[in-house]
Formats: sequence, C-alpha cells, structure tokens
Amino acid sequence: MGDYVRQMPNQGSQDMARTPGIAMRLHIDVPLLLLLLALTAYGLFVLYSASGQSMDAVVRQGRYFLLAYVGMIAAAQISLQSYARWSPWLYLAGVGMLVAVIFAGVGAKGAQRWLEVGGFRFQPSEIMKLGVPLAVAWFLADRTLPPRFVFVLGALVILGVPAALILQQPDLGTALLIAASGLFVLFVAGIGWRYIFGAVVLAIASAWPAWLFVLKDYQKQRILTMLNPQSDKLGAGWNIIQSKTAIGSGGWEGKGWMQGTQSQLDFLPESHTDFIIAVLAEEQGLRGVLVLLSLYLLILLRGFWIGVQAQTSFGRLMAGSLTLTFFVYIFVNMGMVAGLLPVVGVPLPLVSAGGTSIVTLMGGFGILMAISTEQRRVTR
Amino acid sequence: MQQKIALKDQNLESRIYSARTVTAIVIVLALLGVVLGRYYSLQIEQYETYRTQSERNRVQLQPLPPKRGLIYDRNGVLLADNRPSFLLSIVRERVADLDATLAELQSLLEISEQDLKRFNKKLARSRPYEAVPLRFRLNEEERATLAVNRHRLPGVVVDAQLLRHYPHGELFSHALGYVGRINEREAQVLDETDYRGTFHVGKVGVEKYYEDVLHGTVGYQNVESNAHGRVLRVLERFSPEPGANLTLHLDYAVQKAARDALGDQRGAVVAIDPHTGGVLALVSTPGFDTNLFVNGISTADYSALRDSLDVPLFNRAVQGSYPPGSTVKPFMGMAGLESGLMTPQSTVPDPGWYKLPGASRLYRDWILRIRGTGHAPQVDLKMAIAESCDVYFYDLARRLTIDRMHDYMAEYGFGDRTGVDTTNERRGVMPSTQWKRSAMGQPWYPGETISAGIGQGYWLATPMQLAAATSVVALRGERRAPRLLKAINGEEQQAPLLKPVEGTPEHWDAIFDGMREVVHGERGTADYLSQGIAYEMAGKTGTAQVINIPQGEVYNEEEVAERHRHHGLFIAFAPLDAPSIAVAIIVENGGGSSAAAPIARAVIDTWLQGETVARVPG
Repeated sequence: MGDYVRQMPNQGSQDMARTPGIAMRLHIDVPLLLLLLALTAYGLFVLYSASGQSMDAVVRQGRYFLLAYVGMIAAAQISLQSYARWSPWLYLAGVGMLVAVIFAGVGAKGAQRWLEVGGFRFQPSEIMKLGVPLAVAWFLADRTLPPRFVFVLGALVILGVPAALILQQPDLGTALLIAASGLFVLFVAGIGWRYIFGAVVLAIASAWPAWLFVLKDYQKQRILTMLNPQSDKLGAGWNIIQSKTAIGSGGWEGKGWMQGTQSQLDFLPESHTDFIIAVLAEEQGLRGVLVLLSLYLLILLRGFWIGVQAQTSFGRLMAGSLTLTFFVYIFVNMGMVAGLLPVVGVPLPLVSAGGTSIVTLMGGFGILMAISTEQRRVTR
Repeated sequence: MQQKIALKDQNLESRIYSARTVTAIVIVLALLGVVLGRYYSLQIEQYETYRTQSERNRVQLQPLPPKRGLIYDRNGVLLADNRPSFLLSIVRERVADLDATLAELQSLLEISEQDLKRFNKKLARSRPYEAVPLRFRLNEEERATLAVNRHRLPGVVVDAQLLRHYPHGELFSHALGYVGRINEREAQVLDETDYRGTFHVGKVGVEKYYEDVLHGTVGYQNVESNAHGRVLRVLERFSPEPGANLTLHLDYAVQKAARDALGDQRGAVVAIDPHTGGVLALVSTPGFDTNLFVNGISTADYSALRDSLDVPLFNRAVQGSYPPGSTVKPFMGMAGLESGLMTPQSTVPDPGWYKLPGASRLYRDWILRIRGTGHAPQVDLKMAIAESCDVYFYDLARRLTIDRMHDYMAEYGFGDRTGVDTTNERRGVMPSTQWKRSAMGQPWYPGETISAGIGQGYWLATPMQLAAATSVVALRGERRAPRLLKAINGEEQQAPLLKPVEGTPEHWDAIFDGMREVVHGERGTADYLSQGIAYEMAGKTGTAQVINIPQGEVYNEEEVAERHRHHGLFIAFAPLDAPSIAVAIIVENGGGSSAAAPIARAVIDTWLQGETVARVPG
C-alpha cells in the first residue's frame, strides 16, 4: 500500500482529477467486489445449514474469507509488470515444491499432496493454480499473437510439467484444473482452431489407452459409478444417489433453510464441502440454484469484460484464463454433484468450506482487479 | 526485444481476443445451460420421484411388538410372565476393528462358538448401521462388566427385550407349553404384519393354543432416522395392543401336589372340576424346564431331552394312549344297566375264570392268581366294581357286544378327542368291528370283546379322556369339554356343554355305590386310601398290561424288567355327595394301581383343603 501511495503523484494526476474514487486508488473493481460479497454472503448462509447449524464452521469460513479478501486487495495492489516479472520465479518455485512433495510430502487417504514446513501445512498444487496461468501468460505475452507453433509447444511444456507432477500425487481434479488454466491462456491468445480441433480429436483418440494404462482403478470406478450409480448403492454410488435425491427433492421452492432432510440427516456425504450445492438445491430449490448461477454468470461476465478492456497482452491473457478457470470450477462441481460428471475433488468456488481454495480463488480475483484498474492508468 | 514489440499488432490481438471472448461466453452459456437443464430435470421434471425417495430415506415404519399376555392360575399365581432380557449387539459401522472388539468381548464374557456362528451369519446379511445380536441373556454381572468397559468398546450395544419367563419352570411344562423363536416354517404361516418385530411364538400347549389371544396386536411408529439408522424423533405412533392375560383353571397347589406325589416316576395326572370342566392339574412326568426353549435351546440340551428314554417332551396327559384297564368298569357297568341286560341286583357266577361258550380259551380273573378262586360264587355290580371282578365284565362285554359297547363308551368321549384347549391331543382308540376293519383290515374276533370288557386289547385312552369320563360320572351324566382357560382379561369363559350321558338316577346310584366301596369298602381294591380320610371318595383302580402274557403263564412283578411292568391307573372323584374334583392318574410301569391311587388322595386332599380354606369367610 505504501508503494502505491508513493507512485500516485507521478502516474496520473489527470486520472485523479477525472475519477478520484477511493476504489480506483485502492485498485478495487467495485462491481466485481459487490458480486463477490453477495456470493460469499450467500455461501455462508448455505454453509450454516450445510454444516449442521454449526456457528463454528461459519466463523472459521468467515475468517478464511476475511483473510482472502485482504489477500485479494493486496494482490490487486501489485502492478501487472511485477506479476509478469515474478511469474517465472513463482512457477519455478512451485515446480520445485511439487518435486519436493514426491520425496518429502505428507499424505492423507493414499495421496501425497502436502508439504510441511515448520508445522505449517500447504499444498504446492494450490500455488500452481495461479503459477501456471501466470507463467504461460508471461511466456506468450511478448510474442506475436496468435502464437507460433513452437511457442504453443513451449506453453504446453510449461503447463504440462506441473500437471503431470500433480497427476501422480494422485490428484486428477487439480491436475485437470491446472492444465485447463494454462490451455485457456492459449485459447484466448488465439491459437488456431486447427490446434483446438486437433487436441479434441487427440483427446478422444487417447481416451481408450488412457482408460487402459493411465487411469487408476479408483478413478475408473468413479467414472463407472457416475454412469450407473445403482451398481454400487451402498458404496461409491451412494454419494451420487443421495446428492441427486437431495437436489431433486428440493423442487422449485426448496424445503426451506435448514429443513433439508437429505443434508440434515446425514444422507448427503460431504455436505458442507464438495457437495454443498446439493444442500442449496434441496433447501432453496431451483430458485436458489438460479440465484447462485446468476451471481456466477455476472462474475464471469465481469471477468470477460475486464479482459476485453485490458490494455496489455499479459493482462488480457490472465483475465481470460482466470475467468475461464473459475467457470471450470463451477461447471465441474455442479456437474459432478448432479451426476453429469464423474466425482473429482473440485469445490464449489467460494461456497464450499475450505480455506486454501478460497484464498487461491480470491488471489485470482485480486489479479483480475489489478488488471481492471491497470487499464485506467494506461488510458491517457 | 525491441523488434518483437514492434511486430506486435495490438489492434489485431485485441480483435482476436474479443472474438475469443465471445466464443468463450457462448461456450460458457451453453455449458451453464446444460447444468441448469440438469437441475431443471432433477428438480422439476423428476421432482416427485426424488421427493418420494427422500421421504423413504427419512421416514421409516417401525413395528412396535405387543407385550405378550400373562398367564395366571385360578388364584392369581403367575405362571408365565415377560422379563426384560439383555442382549449384546454390535453395530458394524461404529467398530473400527471387529476382530479386536470380538477378542476383547471374549475376554470379558463368555461367547460360545454357536453365538459367533450365528452372529457372523447375521452380520453378512445386515446393513452396516444395524445392530447385530451377539450374546443373549446377559446376567447382571456381565452387564456391569460391559458398562465399566463401555468407553473402550464403541459400537457395542446392550439392549433390553421382553422375554417369556416361566417362574415355575418344570412344574407347569406340559400344562402351559412354551414359546420359542419363530422358525422358517412358522414364518411362512404367521401373518407377516402381525409378527413384525416379534421373535417368539407359542410352540406347544396353552401358549400355542391361545397364541392369537396372547399375542396382541402389533403397533407402528413412523420415525425419522438419519443415514446411520439412528432414530431422531417419532413422527406418528400407533401403540401396540398388549395380548390378553389368561387365567387358567389350574390350581398351583393341586398341580404341585400331583407333581410331588408322582415324584420321579413316569406318569400323568389330570384333575378336572366337573362343574366347569376346568382342568385343575395337568402333570406329565418327567417334565423339563420350559425356559430353556425361550431363546433357543442349546443343541446339547435339546438332544438330551429328545433322546432320553423317559421322553420328557412327550405330554403323557393328552398324548399318552394307555390301555385303561379296570378303570373302565364303572362306565361299562352303567352301560350294562342302561342297556337293560342287567340290574344292580343281578349276579354272575365267578369261578375265577371265564370261557366263551364253545371255545377253549380261558379268560382269567386277576384274583385267581392270589386266591386260586373267584371273588365270590355270585358277584353283583357293587362287588364287581369294588373288587374289580373281571369275570363279571367279561360276561357283560359278551352280552353287550363290541359295537354297542363302543356306542355307550363313545358317549363318555372314549375314542375321540376331549377337545381340551391344548395341543397334540390324541384320540385314543375305542374299538369296534368297523374300526378294526378300517384300521387293520381284519374281522373282529369274539375273544377280543372279552378283553375289551376290562379295558384291555385294542382299547386305548388318554389320561385326559379318563378324567373327563370320570367327571361325567361325578355329575351323573352331565358332560362338559375339559378346559384349561378360565378367563380372558378377567372375563369368565364357559366350557361348552356336550350331549349328556342319559341314565336313570338309580343306575348312577349303583355306580356311585360301587366306586365308593373301592375306597371305603372292606374289600375295596383301594381300601388303604380311606385311612384318615375326612370325606367320601369314589374311585376305581386299574392295571394295564405292557406286554402280552402268553396263555397259561402268570405275571410275576419281580421277575419282569422295570419297563415291562404293568402301568398303574386310578380314577376318582370326591366328595361323593357333591363332587368338585375328578382325577385320572397313570403311573407308567408302576406295577399296579397302588402306585397311582395314593396320588389321587394327595391331589383331592389338597384341592378340598384349598376349597375349605377358600370358603371360610374372612
């Protein structure tokens, strides 16, 4: 913050004269902030019920939000040049930590995802959710766009290495999210449709070998379970049957806040984390789902708008990637809970309980705000 | 670097970017549309399906088993009640390490191989949140041990259930019967709804006969339960209706007197109150502890009971079919009088044996072996009954013929079930020419009529039949079906009146006279009973052959193996002027009636004493 105050006089006295808003000075995108506040408030409201009326859970989540908002505003203060400058280092540090996880990681439930430093635990993969798009955007920003084939290949290597490292942890959901965030940079950078179609064809063609050689048994099981949850009623299929029952029984109006029988009587697993949308759908009905989807859509549109308005390639690429990644969270989570997609560990963004994903997501919105407020400085 | 930047066309890039953004927005909207469509499909189109499914998840119909009715004796002594029994169950999903928990439990209390086998079988078929029973009937000490160690045993539950209990165990085993776990065959027959939540059913005896009354009506509650099956609250409740309490005619004191008098002999005692048909005592020895059967008898206990030579599971009082022997003489005498073939005064010459005209076979009188001659040169009815003269009844049987004999005896209920309200009653056999043709495919031989005249040969009767027939005599022809049930929930039940046995009063007097003489006469076959007696008793002794004694041989009690000795029988009623009890007794291989008669005295004494006590005001 001190940095910024020092910079202000040199940079835009004209700007100041035109819109001397405090929001601009704090690098805050007001529409985005209001939408996020509405979303997080709605999220806390649902969480209270989903956690079994636990004020503790709400307070804990509230504390994460506080931390995340502070982090977001802090992230908004950093100039895009600084992001671009530091992104390769952040990326390399991230890859280093992912390698360290292999040798010194801490595991839970058969997966090694955590690093422990001085009693503080964190997931390096979480850092890469921002590290990868930043690195790819940095790598492409200064090239002629659409990027030439070699640079496309370079970008693929940049996103592929961490994705592969995370995939072996194993954490399919995060690996896909991280790979997607890098691919989205390529997409908005304007790579030719032939690449895109080629990739799609390749993906379909490799589905069978992947099934045979890459996917682990439990991952295959999840896909089979999604296709036919009745096949394993008391095991893995239970989650999907119960979440679909919760959603469906909500109807249009819902059963009422804290009145959802599926969620309140423990039929719904993971009701306050990955499956929280089922609680919302059961208690608030399709109306509540529409409200949530509307908030998400407005945030997405604001994100796209910020990208279109961005003045630098780096800003544009970052805005596009962050927005699309946010969309992937929404789509994958809501799709898997409703039985459209296999169950992968992707939270409902800013609603599911859980600290790290909130902080990372809000960090991303901080960068979006930096992009959003940067343009006005550049516009002269 | 400079060159590269110069090459960048910001406008072109911006245009491309905008185009891509539009594409992205289209894709995003399309995919969000897919998601929304999915939620619409689940929440609007399939709402009813999922609504129903969630209700089914949440609400469970739980049966509330009714409390089984209690059983009392006529004076309110509790014969069968329900006691809380504690059982140990395990909820699989709450146990981290099942083997460790089982090992821990085995160190704390006794768990048999049988328990474990049953537990594992049930566990395989249960849901993880269901409690699977491991050990039944925990005693107080075991419960205390479990309570102390509870914190170390998560998922181990101690539950109470009501179990049938028979406070007097063996004493009423054949009078009451018992309940046991519902087996697969019974499960198919029983009403599924009515027995949901009930694990026991009457297996035999009164417990089975009055199952409908004792069982009650099942209740239900709708409960809301969570995913773990834990009941959170009761939404709706329809209380079960407890089964009716039964009061039986049985008298604890009389039953006990009969049981004690039988001691360790095999036999049966049935006592009936002639005015009501009420069964005052029903004893069959040896008995068994009915409590063993309530929660599954162990294989060892069961095979011991099943394989015992004494057949303790056999209810001799209603299932045992014995040759009634000389106890039939009063009924035969009455038939002779009513048929007009003789009068109380007419006599029959008695040389000690009887021969059919034109046949060589000699039918001996039992007295011949003792005195070497008959009872008297001329024997009348009174003497024939009092001294149990065989020749008199050989002659009567011949003149009456077997078919008329059958018809007269059928009036007393011989050859048919008495209809007493318990299970497994046998008909016995009242032979006739027609019976022999259909049962054995053979013609009737005249000699067989002679044997039948003294209750031997094909004639078989149950102690219940004999007691019922005796009470018909006691009431001079009035006939009621014997009944164990006295009242349901305090409401008196009447035993149905049956077609009476017609008879002129003088004839009944003659029979009474004869039977009185058995006990009180100087030469009565049970004269020893009259010692110190405070009332007048009418009785008749009987002896039944177990093995056929070849012609010309003489039965010698000491030489015969115990199980080949004669059965001793005795029937009686008292007091003579106003009979209030009729009894029939059999002592298997007792040697003769002297094994049975004293039991009648003990039973009648107890009953009359009790009556006197009960009648004394205040």
